[in-house]
Amino acid sequence: MNSYLLKRVMVLIPVLIGMTIIVFSIIHAIPGDPAETILGQKATEQSKQALREQLGLDKPWLQQYFNYMGDLLQGDLGTSIRTKTPIAKEIMPYLAATLELTAASMLFATVVGVNAGILSAWRQNSWFDYTAMIIALIGVSMPIFWLGLMEQLLFSLKLHWLPSIGRMDQRNPVESITNLYVIDTILAGRWDQLWTVVKHLILPSIALGTIPMAIIARMTRSSMLEVMNSDYIRTAKAKGLSQFLVVYKHALKNSLIPVLTVVGLQTGALLGGAVLTETIFAWPGVGRYIFEAISSRDYPVIQTGILIIAFIFVIINLLVDLLYAVVDPRINYK
Amino acid sequence: MNKWSSLALAVTLGAVLTLSGCGGNNNASTESTAGGNTAATAAPESSPDSAATSQDTLILGRGGDSASLDPAIVTDGESLKIAHQVFDSLLEYKPGTSEVQASLADSWEVSADGLIYTFKLHPGVKFHDGSDFDAEAVVFNFTRWSDPASEYKFEGDSFDYYDSMFGPDGSRVIKEVKAVDATTVQFVLNQPQAPFLQNIAMTSFGIASPTAIKEKKENFKNEPVGTGPFVFTEWKHNDSITLDKNPGYWKEGLPKLNKVIVRSIPDNSARFTALQNGEIDLMEDLSPDDLSTLEGNTGLQKIERPPFNVSYLGFNFNKKPFDNVKVRQALNHAVNKQAIIEAFFSGQATAAVNPMPPSLWGYNDAVKDYEYDLEKAKALLAEAGYPEGLPDPVTLYAMPVSRPYMPDGKKVAEAIQADWEKIGVKTVIESPEWATYLDDTKVGEKDDIYMLGWTGDNGDPDNFLYTLLDKDAIPGNNRSFYINEELHTVLINAQKETDQAKRSDLYKQAQEIIKADAPWIPLVHTTPLLAAKANLKGFVPGPTGTEYYSAIYFE
Repeated sequence: MNSYLLKRVMVLIPVLIGMTIIVFSIIHAIPGDPAETILGQKATEQSKQALREQLGLDKPWLQQYFNYMGDLLQGDLGTSIRTKTPIAKEIMPYLAATLELTAASMLFATVVGVNAGILSAWRQNSWFDYTAMIIALIGVSMPIFWLGLMEQLLFSLKLHWLPSIGRMDQRNPVESITNLYVIDTILAGRWDQLWTVVKHLILPSIALGTIPMAIIARMTRSSMLEVMNSDYIRTAKAKGLSQFLVVYKHALKNSLIPVLTVVGLQTGALLGGAVLTETIFAWPGVGRYIFEAISSRDYPVIQTGILIIAFIFVIINLLVDLLYAVVDPRINYK
Repeated sequence: MNKWSSLALAVTLGAVLTLSGCGGNNNASTESTAGGNTAATAAPESSPDSAATSQDTLILGRGGDSASLDPAIVTDGESLKIAHQVFDSLLEYKPGTSEVQASLADSWEVSADGLIYTFKLHPGVKFHDGSDFDAEAVVFNFTRWSDPASEYKFEGDSFDYYDSMFGPDGSRVIKEVKAVDATTVQFVLNQPQAPFLQNIAMTSFGIASPTAIKEKKENFKNEPVGTGPFVFTEWKHNDSITLDKNPGYWKEGLPKLNKVIVRSIPDNSARFTALQNGEIDLMEDLSPDDLSTLEGNTGLQKIERPPFNVSYLGFNFNKKPFDNVKVRQALNHAVNKQAIIEAFFSGQATAAVNPMPPSLWGYNDAVKDYEYDLEKAKALLAEAGYPEGLPDPVTLYAMPVSRPYMPDGKKVAEAIQADWEKIGVKTVIESPEWATYLDDTKVGEKDDIYMLGWTGDNGDPDNFLYTLLDKDAIPGNNRSFYINEELHTVLINAQKETDQAKRSDLYKQAQEIIKADAPWIPLVHTTPLLAAKANLKGFVPGPTGTEYYSAIYFE
């Protein structure tokens, strides 16, 4: 197991280097003069030239790349051109906001998706099965921004149950410690605020979690169906165990492997795909951070932002692989 | 996973499932009711009713975040909006207009030759950090902006507005700034500059605390210190900026609010939902589509910002046949501006005749627009040698992004395309991504006709006519490559003239020349819309897009 872990981590190095090359090339292939885009229509030629020099845009491509990698290896993630703040310092709150939203979305997607999938398999061809799978089909094809706006319309505007934007009540703010507000409110012992923060999480998590939820539900259902037809389940049933125990104790664990893969992939996809949700719900996350950097041609932020997302994605995949072994001891890494 | 943990997981999953109504949408009503009751009892602080009781905090929603809080190093409107609350300039624009009035400077005198401006400063003003505002502070700021080697010009900073308003290094308008005594400061100019006072009043030239700049250095742009009505407290990037009341503000009785929170909410409809839901009190940039909803809600009010912009179609003089004035006039006759205003602006715009808004002094009322007349357009095309219309399709660049002066460029372009079709002009609409769009139109090789617009920076016609249509603005903002020597002479004379009545005449003359040459089809001047709670008072919308929040209060 340990040597496997080591091997897996070693493989990450060429993957990460490959990623830096791809990201770097794509960004420099974008047309448009970055100096003008960054400084705006009203800037003088002098200041544009100065910025090009400062960014090293006047140097050859390869040299720019090696300079960038050199800085990166020394832990320097670069400085944002727009805000002129070091990215390493700036990106943390965004990253935390996105992680919190992603975690809440995946919690929603997994809990609802897995259970809907189990029940569908359990009661195959029942009305519940059909309804759940039709909902899952709609869920997969739902445009996120539309769903988000409809949620706001119904739950905020018409019913006044949930806040429509942001992460907390601005009139009574939470002190940020970890920037994960659910944890911050607990650390500060502000239970009233915890509920406020959770309420702010509900609508965006549902908007963001609907597609993964649908995918997970369908995956769980087909995986469960396969397991439920196997011999050991028949044995368990024959022993007279209750349906609940058969399904949740015996069948679930062995159906989890493909579901885990999907959960891992979807978590990674959410990290990068949260831009629309973050825009509609004014969620100050990393998706919006990178999006705004793209529209203002903030090269260092785009590069670093994408690299960090890619890095987390790779780590999640690693964790999923390791979890396989935990869930199913038959998967043995030597 | 051992037995117990998997069992625990199973039980949890099962419990959640039961609670959530079997995971389907069919039981959404039970689920929602349960959530609703708890919400109402446990968290009254975010319900819309209680928001109305916190009368001394304003939450404003806008589309984007500030880039920096130091107004001297930015040119974007969102940054300047916040700076406007934290800093005072020597002069300011009278709220709701572009007229200059006293601010940190109580009074001023101009020498007969227009070269020396002497300002008398308001005594006893203090910066937020407690240090004194005096003539030395003014000198410090202007030196920081003008001296390219200033040690307070931090890495990556450029003082773009200083360079564009007072000339770049090497051709500075301001020769010297002197502190005569603690409350008297004198500006000596290299040459007279007619819009000098208008320029000084810009938010970009807000006076910062020298002590704070020296202490905070590059961090000043994140923690600004000025003399303004509000003290900067906290900036959560892309989320919110919090400003607190300046209790020692030098203007009697201001500010009326205790706290201002400015939130970035990028999506227009989400922002409007937040306003209706009571999560914010005031919002910028309402979509014209939402106007009827706003007007049907008695709890809200509509606020109109005076039109201080222009959107236009520009002809590319480098491309044939648009170097022919008859063709340009013909196409001018073939745009139905009234129909566009009704269809795409919900009436929140007026047809543009000249390249500057009618509210600006120097506007020429006597200039008549090319009226919508397709027969006249055909006749002019025939005169130009195209009786059957133009032989080749025209490439029309339409903006890919929404701007205050043009919410949906592509749709407007399509309407114009249909009109031009009727006179035998085929159009291909192109909308490359925004940065490429600006590059392409600046080079002028790909576009035949392009759509663009401008919002005024200060209250001077020079900032529209010279900036956009003079030959000096090539390459740059004159993307038509329109060169008229007569116009150039008039605009340069107007810059040197210090008598406003004479300048006004020169600008009127300039607008006649431009109308005859028709380098543009001026489209509309829009009235940007804001919306607020009905009980919000004292907000005076400013033409340049920045307002003081100091006089706002809740009834």
